Amino acid sequence: MSISTLSKTDFKRFLDGLLSSQRTVVGVQARGERFAFDVLKSAGDLRLDYDVTILPPKKYVLPQVETLLTYTMPDRYESHYEEDHMILIGVHPYDMVAINQMDILFAQDQYDNHYMRRRNNMTIVACDVAAPSKNVFAASMGTETVREGFDVLLTDIGQAWVVEIATEKGRDLFRDAPGLADASTADIAARQAVWDKNKAQLNKHPLKCSPAEIPNLLENAADHPVWEEKARTCFSCGSCNTTCPTCYCFDVQDDVSWDRTAGRRYRAWDGCLLENFATVAGNHNFRKNKADRFRHRLYRKGMYVPGKIGGQIACVGCGRCITACIPDIANPVNIYNRIVEEPAAAARK
Amino acid sequence: MCDCCSVEKQKDIYLPEPASVNDARMLNSTEMYMHVELDSGKPLGHAPGQFVEVSVAGIGEAPLTVASSPTQQGFELVVRNVGRVSGAMHAMKAGDKIGIRGPFGSLYPIDELKGKDVVFICGGIGLVPQRAFINYVLHNRDDYNQVVILQGTKCYADRLFCDEIAQWCRRDDVIVLESIDLPDKNWNGNVGVVTTLIPKIPVDLKEAGILVCGPPIMYKFVLMSLMEKDVPLDHVFVNLERRMKCGVGKCGHCQINGMYVCQSGPVYRYSDLADVPEAI
Repeated sequence: MSISTLSKTDFKRFLDGLLSSQRTVVGVQARGERFAFDVLKSAGDLRLDYDVTILPPKKYVLPQVETLLTYTMPDRYESHYEEDHMILIGVHPYDMVAINQMDILFAQDQYDNHYMRRRNNMTIVACDVAAPSKNVFAASMGTETVREGFDVLLTDIGQAWVVEIATEKGRDLFRDAPGLADASTADIAARQAVWDKNKAQLNKHPLKCSPAEIPNLLENAADHPVWEEKARTCFSCGSCNTTCPTCYCFDVQDDVSWDRTAGRRYRAWDGCLLENFATVAGNHNFRKNKADRFRHRLYRKGMYVPGKIGGQIACVGCGRCITACIPDIANPVNIYNRIVEEPAAAARK
Repeated sequence: MCDCCSVEKQKDIYLPEPASVNDARMLNSTEMYMHVELDSGKPLGHAPGQFVEVSVAGIGEAPLTVASSPTQQGFELVVRNVGRVSGAMHAMKAGDKIGIRGPFGSLYPIDELKGKDVVFICGGIGLVPQRAFINYVLHNRDDYNQVVILQGTKCYADRLFCDEIAQWCRRDDVIVLESIDLPDKNWNGNVGVVTTLIPKIPVDLKEAGILVCGPPIMYKFVLMSLMEKDVPLDHVFVNLERRMKCGVGKCGHCQINGMYVCQSGPVYRYSDLADVPEAI
């Protein structure tokens, strides 16, 4: 819609104005030496120079725990929606791509209006990466920049922000921003320079094939020795699932009042690495072996979910699973590269 | 009207419909039978093979394949007490309330098998999902050729729907072969697991539609026996059990490789699964 620039001072004034309104504003803030998305109280707390957040902004579109319905016993069920309008500031391009993928998944086949209402009520201010994290490989996955899904995209070009307004919601948000001026050719060139730099820089673990080749790569690798080798030291802790911006599996549970007259049904994050994820009644577990669960995650990212979203790979290269994994086995690039270098047939010999 | 206000998008896919239990009784020492009707008075609208998510407020939801043919009033469920929801269902009696979502999932090949021989191979409570299609076939008996029902049960006391099986046995247009693995003095019929009945099937298995449902271990042996008889894999249909938490292809629990059992299953053509690890 429009590309403008806003000086850093004016941006801070804009934020102060926003925070004095009644709207819920969430932004990236420091937590010790790391970063997290949280409700923003003061403009000074916003840290758009962050490298990566501990948890992805997924927690706002698909909260860790989300009430789906409430009921009074025995059978009065009522849908429950959280209609909060939220402004989410500082979403990095790879996380934006992850949200875009979830938007497709929750809308397709059976429309999940719990997710979609929340998502539609959200205004996302994305932000290009200013400092690469130690394990990011977004450039390998083609997610170091993003061109859709956000309402506003911010790029730090030194003294000012380039502010790209992409939607009506974005226009509304910046309507009263003081000092917003059309971006000059030089400003746009400066933004391009940031993108070029990120293309080179956000690649701590280079992938030795194109992401588009991953589904074919996996097609014949189900019995590759890499799954057993890696999973040998897996704790089945599910940290790779919970820190992943594209993992969206959930459990559904009931929570009932002490006098058993009323209750709620909620969904909560679940993880396919957890031991009982595929257990059915009678205690039969369809993925009992760690290696099978470990492989399932990589196949889901590299083959199954891509089949549902037009071939996009459901790994966006944020590197969070690498950082979170204590036995250091989760790195998807190491696994994909291993299969590239030693295809299944050769590796089995 | 904007896009997000369309009827489909207003619908809450997680909201159960209130339903009433009209009849609840034990079929044997472990299986409970329930006859259910939606409080709206509408039919469930299921096809044989499809499942529902049964909701018990305060406990949770569990996926159950409908045990009855859509040709009858209301619908029937049969459940073993193996978890929290099924445990709560076992404590229910006529007049109690449950919630229902669905029907979900794939159906038995109702049309494809018309004019053909139909062979049901059931192990234990595998009879329950199969019964929906058995009764559908018997209701539309002229549409199908020979009907053969194989039922294998561990011991005599575990037998399900005994009266109904006796009725099927009395018909001259149905062949019922039953076997008990661990017989007692009450049983003087075939002895052994269900696969021991396969050589006794009096129709050409290569031309028949074969529907298999039973505990996970049974599939391997039944399929081996069928392969030995050169039965084409695309004539065999299996009914798979997974833990469908949402029933609508989102939660991920029932996924086998790329397939969501709640969407593309629970009824599968075996030729679609033969190369899929973890499926059988």
